[in-house]
Amino acid sequence: MTNPADTSALEDQINQWRSYLHRRQAIHAVDVAELEDHLREQVAGLVEAGLAADEAFLVAVKRMGSLDALSREFAREHSDRLWKQLVLAPDEPGEARGSVPREAAVAFGLAVAAAAAIKAPALFGLRWGEDEGFYARNLSLFVLPLLTGFFLWKRRLGAGATRRLAAVFVAAGVFANLYPFAPGGSVEILSALHLPIALWLAVGVAYAGGRWGQAAGRMDFIRFSGELFIYYVLIALGGGVLAGFTGLIFQAIGVDIEPVFEQWLLPCGVMGAVVVASWLVEAKQSVIENMAPVLTRLFTPLFAAMLVVFLATQLWTGRGVDVRRDVLIAFDLLLVVVLGLLLYSVSARDHRAPPGVFDVLQVVLLVGALLADALALGAIASRISEFGFSPNRVAALGENVILLVNLAWSTVLYVRFLRGRVAFSSLERWQTGYLPVYAVWAAIVVILFPPLFGYI
Amino acid sequence: MDINKDLMAASSTPIVLAILAEDDSYGYAIIKRVRELSAGRMAWTDGMLYPVLHRLERLGHVEARWEVADSGRRRKYYRITAGGRAQLAQERDQWQAVDATLRGLWSILPLAVLPGHPAPTAPFPQGA
Repeated sequence: MTNPADTSALEDQINQWRSYLHRRQAIHAVDVAELEDHLREQVAGLVEAGLAADEAFLVAVKRMGSLDALSREFAREHSDRLWKQLVLAPDEPGEARGSVPREAAVAFGLAVAAAAAIKAPALFGLRWGEDEGFYARNLSLFVLPLLTGFFLWKRRLGAGATRRLAAVFVAAGVFANLYPFAPGGSVEILSALHLPIALWLAVGVAYAGGRWGQAAGRMDFIRFSGELFIYYVLIALGGGVLAGFTGLIFQAIGVDIEPVFEQWLLPCGVMGAVVVASWLVEAKQSVIENMAPVLTRLFTPLFAAMLVVFLATQLWTGRGVDVRRDVLIAFDLLLVVVLGLLLYSVSARDHRAPPGVFDVLQVVLLVGALLADALALGAIASRISEFGFSPNRVAALGENVILLVNLAWSTVLYVRFLRGRVAFSSLERWQTGYLPVYAVWAAIVVILFPPLFGYI
Repeated sequence: MDINKDLMAASSTPIVLAILAEDDSYGYAIIKRVRELSAGRMAWTDGMLYPVLHRLERLGHVEARWEVADSGRRRKYYRITAGGRAQLAQERDQWQAVDATLRGLWSILPLAVLPGHPAPTAPFPQGA
C-alpha cells in the first residue's frame, strides 16, 4: 500500500521536522527520539485509517503541537537546560569521540609539568622568594613553552613550525639570562615585564595553527586571550578562597602552612592555572557565551563617559596634567584599556551590521582617549629635557606612541565606517595586522634595552 | 466541547498515573487511551504529554526505560512507582471530593439557569 517514493518523501519530512526540534535548546536528543517515535506511530495509525503518507504527516505534526509551544513546555519542565552547561564529553554525533578526555589528560599533564618546571630551579639552589630576579625574568618561560606545545599538539603543526617556535623560546631564555643585569634594576624589571608580551605572540602563532596569516585566525587568538584572562582571574579568585580556608583550618590545629603555601601552592598554582585555563577556554569555546565582549558592552559607555567628563573638567578648570613619574604609565594603561574595549567589541561585532549607537559610543571613547593622551604627552614633551631619558621613560614613551598610532588610525577607520566609506572588516584587519608590532616592541625592550642602558 | 487549559493541566497527572497503573505504557498509547476513554472530548496536544511524563519522572512517580518495540524503533516506556501509586490514591481522593461537591450542586441546580440548554420540561422545584 505504501510505495517507495512516498516512503522516502515521508523520511525527508520527518528528518526536517527532527532537525527543527534539535535546534531547540530545551529539547534534548533523547526527547527528540521519544517525540519522533510518537510521530511515526501517529503517521502509521493515520495511514492505516486511509490517509496518504503526506496527509498523515501533516495531521501528525499538527497534533504534536507547535514547536514554540512544545519548546516552551519543555523549558518549563527542564529550566536547567536553558543554562548552557559546560559538558566536556562531546555528545554531538560527528564530533570525534574520546578526543576530549585525551585532550584533558594532555592539558592536565602539561599543567603538572608547568608546576614542576617552576620548582625545578630549586634543585639548583635558586630559591623561590630569594632569587627574585631570576624568577621574574623567566616566569613566562616556565609555562608558555608548554602552552605553545599544547597548541602545537592540538593543531598538529609540522616540524618546521615546531622548530621555529622552539628557537624563539631558546633565544628568549638566552636574552633573559645572559645579560649581566644589576639586581632589581629598572632594565631587569623591564625585561621581566616585556618578555611575556613578546612570547605571547609565539603562543598566538601556535594557537592559530596554519591561520596566523589570516585576519580570522588572529582574531580567534584575540578572543582566546580575552577569555583566558577572564578564566584566569576567576581561577585565581577561587585559588585565593581555597588558600584562605586552608590557612584558617590549619591554624586551628596550630600548624603554620604559610611556608608550604608560598613555596609550593602559590608558584605551582600560578603556573598550572595558565594551562588549565587555556584548555577550559578551548573546551567551552562554542558552549558558553564569550564574556569579554559582554564586559566590553558594559564598560565602553562608562569609560567613554568618564573620558568626556575628564576632558570637560580639564577644559573647565584649565588645570594642566601634573607630570609626575608615573603619569605616563597611567596614560599607557588607559590606552591599553581603551584598546581592549575596542578589540573585544570588534571581535564580537557582526561585520555586516550597519553602524549603530554603540559604534558612535566607540568613536567617542576613542577620541576621548586620544585627546586625554595628547594632553599628557604634551605636558611631558615640554619637560622631557628636565627628566632625561631613563629606560623606564623610553619604554613607556615607546608604548604610548605604539598605542596612539593604533588608536588614531582606528579612529580614522571607524569614522570612515560610520560614514559608509569602508567596510567594518578594514578595522578588524588593521587590528589583527598590528599584533606583531606589540611583540616587536617588547622584543626590542628585552633585547636592545639592556646593552643600550648599561644593564642598570 | 473544549475543556479549558487549567482543567486539562490539573487532570493530566491523575489521568496519566491511572493509565500507567493499569499497565506500563508509552506516550502514543497513553494519548490514544485518553482519547478512547473521553470519547474524543479530551484532545491533548500530543507533544504536551511528554513534559508531563518527564515531570512525573523527576518527582519519582514514574520510571522510564528504553526498549526496542515491535516496529524495530527504540521506544521509551513508563512504569508507575510505589510513590506514583500513593500519589494517585491522593489525587483520587481529591478529585472525588471535587466531583462529589459538584454532583451535589448539579443535582440541586436547575439546568435552565445554565445558558445554551433547552428549558427543562419539568416545572421548577419549589423551595429547593
